[in-house]
Amino acid sequence: MMASSYNAKDEDGHITVSGPGGGTLRSKKPENTAFKQQRLPAWQPILTAGTVLPAFFIIGLIFIPIGIGLYVTSNNIKEFEIDYTGVDMSSPCFNCSQNFSWNSTRPCTCTIPFYLDQPYENNVFMYYGLSNFYQNHRRYVKSRDDSQLNGDLESLMKPSKECEPYAYHENKPIAPCGAIANSMFNGEPVSCCAHQTHSSFHLYLICLFTSLADTLELFYNDPNGTKIQIPMTATGIAWWTDKHVKFRNPTDNANLTAVFQGTTKPVNWRRPVYELDTDPQNNGFINEDFIVWMRTAALPTFRKLYRIIPKKNSMVPTLLRGNYTLEVVYNYPVRSFEGRKRMILSTISWMGGKNPFLGIAYITVGSVCFFLGVVLLIIHHKYGNRNNSADIAN
Amino acid sequence: DTKNPRLDRGGENPNRHYANNKIKTTKYTVLSFLPKNLFEQFHRFANVYFVFIALLNFVPVVNAFQPELALAPVVFILSVTAIKDLWEDYRRHRSDKEINHMDCLVYSRVERRYVEKYWKEVRVGDFIRLRCNEILPADVLLLSSSDPDRLCHIETATLDGETNLKQRQVVRSFFDLDCDFDPLKYNSVIECEKPNNDLNRFRGYIIHRSGRRDALYKENLLLRGCTIRNTEEAVGIVIYAGHETKAMLNNNGPRYKRSKLERQMNVDVFWCVIILLVMCLFAAVGHGLWMFQYGDKRPVFDVLSPEGTDLSPIMSAIYLFLTMIIVFQVLIPISLFVSIEIVKICQVYFIHQDMDLYDEETDSHLQCRALNITEDLGQMQYIFSDKTGTLTENKMVFRRCTVAGVEYSHDANARRLAMYQEMDSEEEECTSHGGTLPRRDSVTSHQSAPVVLRSQSTKSHRRTGSRAEAKRASILSKHTAFSSPMEKDITPDPQLLDKVNECSSQMDFMRFHSQPMSQLPSDLSDIIDFFIALTICNTVVVSSPNQPRQKVRMRFELKSPVKTIEDFIKRFTPSRLTSGSNSSSSSSLITNRSSNKGCSSMLSSPSAESTLTKLDEERPPRGLDHAFSPVPPCYDGKAWDKEEGELRYEAESPDEAALVYAARAYKCSLVGRLPDQVTVELPHLGKLSFELLHTLGFDSTRKRMSVVVRHPLTDQITVYTKGADSVIMDLIKPPNTGKRQKKIVYRTQNYLNLYAADGLRTLCIAKKILSKDEYACWLQRHLEAETAIQGREELLFESALRLETNLQLLGATGIEDRLQDGVPETIASLRKAGLQIWVLTGDKQETAVNIAYACKLLDPEEEILTLNADSQEACALLLEESLHYIQAKFLCSSTDQAAKAFHTNFAPFEIYPSSSPSSSSSHTVPFMVHRLGLVIDGRTLAYALDKSLEDKFLAVARSCRSVLCCRSTPLQKSMVVKLVRNKLKVMTLAIGDGANDVSMIQVADVGVGISGQEGMQAVMASDFALPRFRYLQKLLLVHGHWCYSRLANMILYFFYKNAMFVALIFWYQFYCGFSGSAMIDQWYLIFFNLMFSAFPQLITGTLDKDVSAETLQQLPHLYVNGQNSEEYKPYMFWMNMIDAFYQSLVCFFIPYFAYADSDVDLFTWGTPITTLALFTILLHLGIETKTWTWMNWLSITFSIALFFTVALCYNASCPTCYSPSNPYWTMQRLLQDPLFYLLCAITPVAALLPRYFYRACQGTLFPSPVQVGRQLDKLPTEIRRNILSLSRVKVGSPLSPKPPFLSLAKPSPKGCNKKDQRSFPSSNTPPAKKGPVSQADEEKGQRSQVQPSDSVRSHSDLYTLVATEIDTLPYTKDAPTTLGGATASFNQSL
Repeated sequence: MMASSYNAKDEDGHITVSGPGGGTLRSKKPENTAFKQQRLPAWQPILTAGTVLPAFFIIGLIFIPIGIGLYVTSNNIKEFEIDYTGVDMSSPCFNCSQNFSWNSTRPCTCTIPFYLDQPYENNVFMYYGLSNFYQNHRRYVKSRDDSQLNGDLESLMKPSKECEPYAYHENKPIAPCGAIANSMFNGEPVSCCAHQTHSSFHLYLICLFTSLADTLELFYNDPNGTKIQIPMTATGIAWWTDKHVKFRNPTDNANLTAVFQGTTKPVNWRRPVYELDTDPQNNGFINEDFIVWMRTAALPTFRKLYRIIPKKNSMVPTLLRGNYTLEVVYNYPVRSFEGRKRMILSTISWMGGKNPFLGIAYITVGSVCFFLGVVLLIIHHKYGNRNNSADIAN
Repeated sequence: DTKNPRLDRGGENPNRHYANNKIKTTKYTVLSFLPKNLFEQFHRFANVYFVFIALLNFVPVVNAFQPELALAPVVFILSVTAIKDLWEDYRRHRSDKEINHMDCLVYSRVERRYVEKYWKEVRVGDFIRLRCNEILPADVLLLSSSDPDRLCHIETATLDGETNLKQRQVVRSFFDLDCDFDPLKYNSVIECEKPNNDLNRFRGYIIHRSGRRDALYKENLLLRGCTIRNTEEAVGIVIYAGHETKAMLNNNGPRYKRSKLERQMNVDVFWCVIILLVMCLFAAVGHGLWMFQYGDKRPVFDVLSPEGTDLSPIMSAIYLFLTMIIVFQVLIPISLFVSIEIVKICQVYFIHQDMDLYDEETDSHLQCRALNITEDLGQMQYIFSDKTGTLTENKMVFRRCTVAGVEYSHDANARRLAMYQEMDSEEEECTSHGGTLPRRDSVTSHQSAPVVLRSQSTKSHRRTGSRAEAKRASILSKHTAFSSPMEKDITPDPQLLDKVNECSSQMDFMRFHSQPMSQLPSDLSDIIDFFIALTICNTVVVSSPNQPRQKVRMRFELKSPVKTIEDFIKRFTPSRLTSGSNSSSSSSLITNRSSNKGCSSMLSSPSAESTLTKLDEERPPRGLDHAFSPVPPCYDGKAWDKEEGELRYEAESPDEAALVYAARAYKCSLVGRLPDQVTVELPHLGKLSFELLHTLGFDSTRKRMSVVVRHPLTDQITVYTKGADSVIMDLIKPPNTGKRQKKIVYRTQNYLNLYAADGLRTLCIAKKILSKDEYACWLQRHLEAETAIQGREELLFESALRLETNLQLLGATGIEDRLQDGVPETIASLRKAGLQIWVLTGDKQETAVNIAYACKLLDPEEEILTLNADSQEACALLLEESLHYIQAKFLCSSTDQAAKAFHTNFAPFEIYPSSSPSSSSSHTVPFMVHRLGLVIDGRTLAYALDKSLEDKFLAVARSCRSVLCCRSTPLQKSMVVKLVRNKLKVMTLAIGDGANDVSMIQVADVGVGISGQEGMQAVMASDFALPRFRYLQKLLLVHGHWCYSRLANMILYFFYKNAMFVALIFWYQFYCGFSGSAMIDQWYLIFFNLMFSAFPQLITGTLDKDVSAETLQQLPHLYVNGQNSEEYKPYMFWMNMIDAFYQSLVCFFIPYFAYADSDVDLFTWGTPITTLALFTILLHLGIETKTWTWMNWLSITFSIALFFTVALCYNASCPTCYSPSNPYWTMQRLLQDPLFYLLCAITPVAALLPRYFYRACQGTLFPSPVQVGRQLDKLPTEIRRNILSLSRVKVGSPLSPKPPFLSLAKPSPKGCNKKDQRSFPSSNTPPAKKGPVSQADEEKGQRSQVQPSDSVRSHSDLYTLVATEIDTLPYTKDAPTTLGGATASFNQSL
């Protein structure tokens, strides 16, 4: 009797046992897939002299010609540079550099003659260069308000605190605020040159007290003695996106003076921002000299595009060989921080301005690769066969 | 400090203040998640550091980035971790909920019946009704059971993995309840100890209203999580609920260990901090000087502070220092810790998925229980292994026995086993269906009817080991086989069988004639006692196969034993027959099996439908036997078979089962076990019930177990003791009592030595007859001990000691524990991998030494240093001598030519050269591993582990190639591991399978448990659980190597990457007046690590394979790579740093000169540098990547694409939002600039040139072994195989005996001549170890007698890992041929 009852339960037991048992019928055996068994098809390069050797030769063979090409290209670029800081006693600008300070009211001009020994074809780019000017200083780089420069009216009246301490002056918001704008190197006083004459000296008189910035003018001294001013364009020197997207005046069409009402000019400036140019497309925040300055340079020695001397026609070089005069309105003091100011005339190629470095670098790296390739070849021949079967035991 | 769950007598529940049964394993609640999780995460120092830096950004004077942006990485890292934690917690919550909502029957006072309730509603003091196969919701005190014996069977698989049924008893005071338990009548108070996590302890008492106290034991407690089996219904009262249950208290979380690599990494993180501080300091000083040079003339670009005040250079420098910390923060890699965790999880996943680590038989695969020490597997130096169950199968096979000083060699049984071995090696499957076996009548001709049976329809299973196995077995056959036929079908020794028959028939005769049993000749009575002891002195539970998990229930009236077998049959059989209808499949199975069951001689001939080769004519043609044939013709034998079937024995240890099966072969079979009664079926005598008075269970200190029974025939109170020979022999009655006993002891000891030399596990069987008075006296004190609450264990122990004295030796058994598959190969291969293997076993010395030889731990060619000492002084002396000996032999004679050759030969064994910091730190002398084996026994080990001697012991042990510690206790095991680990500063791995290995496993750097053999304790404590020992080879050599090399390379790469990236900004400080300016956009700076360069290294860190798995296994010495930390040595960190600085110089200055004096702006210049750095870093990874799969290509492509996509989107999205860099349209313009491409081509090439060149030269000029292995991988398989076989010989040469080495076998140099040096050229008789004088035996290795084939083989092709060796290797193979010889020689020596 007992047994029968157990048998009955036996059945129960089986059902309950095989219930979960059915689930576990699926064995825990891992799947035999290439991924799970870590057998994915693979390329297993082994770095030995023999296998690496071709790479070195190929790199060498590719890099050396590129380097030569780059070097030649760079050498074909014509570049001329004049330091007009006036450190030397002999320098025409020595006087200006000595007695100039930020708040001086007396204009100082100097004239620097120079000689171009070869003609400059195509468009010639005129740069001003600064040395020892740390535009990349951390606090300097930050000291700007992009919203304000983008024409945001709210920011115009309430500059970002990043601009501090150049955000407010005499309780008025500064436009454009910040240290970058405040220290602007260049700004052409075109607005006061409505009646532009051929004489730049005339121009100085008019614009004398209006701008802190240096002004550069270039004259070609004709062999027959006349001084011909080289025409230069001040537009197209900034990035297109900067001029059209990043920088915007608070309103497009209205009177800029009214728009900037209630703001004040940066402390070091002599004119408000809405008087940078007469051309409404180049005035206010979208003045290209301003935009170029606002793009902070990467290194303490830098150049910035100042003007473009456009090519007139294909027959005549843009700048002829001969004597030139650079006339500088020396406004910007750099002696206090051992800075240097330069004027650079340069043509450009597809790879930018003159810089032989890349060409040399390519040639050097290529040569080194080639040399190492030869070393590896020797190694390979001497020791490469050591790795035979007998060695594997080690 | 006790708790009293009481009955609810109306009103409030008096037990309300105890924990309820609702479990909550979740760490968080919805509200507490955020604060709690953050709090936990901030325990990690790195997180605090990064948050500190992020907060620093909010201070205006020092901020470097937009504060919100600087928070991003920290928030990202924290949230990734938080999401991971949340997900884990949610899963826990779900499983909690599921468990909490399980149903159970709880008694309701209101409704006066049991009602269904959720588990979580169960309270302490509730009465619970449990039905069969239910899981216990809480810890329940058993008050009533439907079982007539007041028993309840439980399966504790979920707690400890043991699948054998355990019996639990109803509380004694409720034992006598004849009717059903009525909760309403319950009116007692239970006092018990506070909740604790000891599963094997429960103390308390129950106080009845009458004031009577009854003690409560663990036998009364049903633990939560166990399953009720075989019991229709049980009622209990909840004692502990919820989190107070023992199961929950035992449930501690995963272990956290810190790997060696991580420790090393932390040192370098510390160095990174130093570098960071130096860089910041440098920049700060630079900034101060830069400011100072301008003096009072403040330049326009030096912006005043926001307040407009001027800062002094010193103040600026201080502020800048903080700013620089922010800018350079990337140097301390924020993503490193997260990446390492991700990579480790992936590594664990792949290890889990490895098919080679999957054991088909048990359907289990490797488990990684500790997730964060995978790479430690590649750096192991010492392995400490348990023997039983780890190296051996723990498949106990009865081999031989000696009874009353007479040896029964069981030759036929040996042959049978040899045959199984062959079969195993061939194909186990093929035997499973037909069961056809080659008949070996010829070899067993002396036997009347040889039994060769392999009558199981399923594949052979090991005994009931793991749950998986049992489950699997039940799936396959529905009738679990708890022991393989190999273990069960023991062929009896004909001589002994005759004696047993003779004896039992005489006893039967005497019983009939009411003669006292004492008249039986003593040798015969010894035999019968011997088998009775084998049968009942254990805890084996009997179940029958056709009712799995059903206890065989045969209760006889204790007072009126069955007089005749006919009587018994009449009384019990008919009712059983009626229920004996089984499914056809199982019936055939059972009939097949039945033929061999122990009592078959009394039964009819085997069933006709048996399809097997049945040779069961085991009936000696004796009239007596026929005369007692118990089966009346009317009963169908087949039905009998079915019903009786083959009783299955569920034993806690396989030895017990083996002995019970052995006894059954002699027809002395255990047919039932109840708490108070054991039923044994004896030939002629029928079923005898022994009243079980006490069971003194086995424990490792006593090393024996005893049962106290009332012998039904003699009516004497008899103690049967079974235990390790060393303890039993000491407890034997002083031999002066009788000459015969003396002779028995002497002979048995000799046989024991012989057994041990054969590698058998020996057990001694003894008995003792107690007079009534003695027993009463002992009983009284024992009962006192039992009821004591304080110190009950100690009292019980003492009580046991009192009983187990003056024993009478009956005999001894030799049980064989076969080696697991592939153990010798694995050990050989691990040893070639430079791992020192120590075996720590509780077995006796001779057994252990023999197993060690069999598994190639000891080499017949090498010398064995045996340390047996009786006292501390002797041990010291011994160690001193051994040290001198080693020095004299291996160091002093270094000028010797032979020794020179020896040393050069052993060059590969100089595992820890003096240059390696691990050895030079503690010991200046470079040490070598010699061709020595050390054998030390537990007692000597105890002396040697003493503080004063441990250094000497280590000095000796570390010079030996292998160390064998016998007779060691679990504590000693862990002490040895601890000693080696702490003193030698090496990485240790402990592997074991049983509870006695737990402490060792926990102490070692990596603990490995062998799952599924002896419960789960070892697995629970382990970091990795393996199904089989041989998997250790792949786990260490392949996965360990990979994990280590991957992670080491990844960590180095991380340091390199961050240093390289940060250095770019550092160089820039020279050009920005040390103002803390960065040319790299802050977005790139912050996300570079997190996004742009994160994926490829994760892929490489997870998937890179320096050498293929096959080669790693074939050339185990590649493992030395990890042991010596060759992938990541301290100098490599600095080399990487230097390389990083060089590369960053290139990446900085090539763009610098390329853009020098141009009109480039800050970020138009910085973006190419970022791009170049990315390319360089990725290509660097490319150089270091050894295996390129599509994943690598994809990840690198993805990284680059991601960078450009993000850059383009970022640079096009908003013209004003990203102050101060405002990189609008920068990338777009760069992409149109040919210069950008030119830079991208040259810079990475120039930056990586040195590394690439170095790697190429290294690959050719001084390739590391790993590189050679890789080259080997590339070769076509044919050539590769040839080379490998070639190199194997070459590599093996130092190991294989060579002329210079043989010279070492000559008498040793002077320093050692004090020693008792004996050589055993032909005899393997173990040295007498009982002398008072200590002795060290250098046993010369020519053990040709034991293993002639092995030693020969080792000369020829020692390292051939071909299949042919596998089946010939285990020593059991040799046993049939050598056994006779060994015995013969032994007898001669006697």
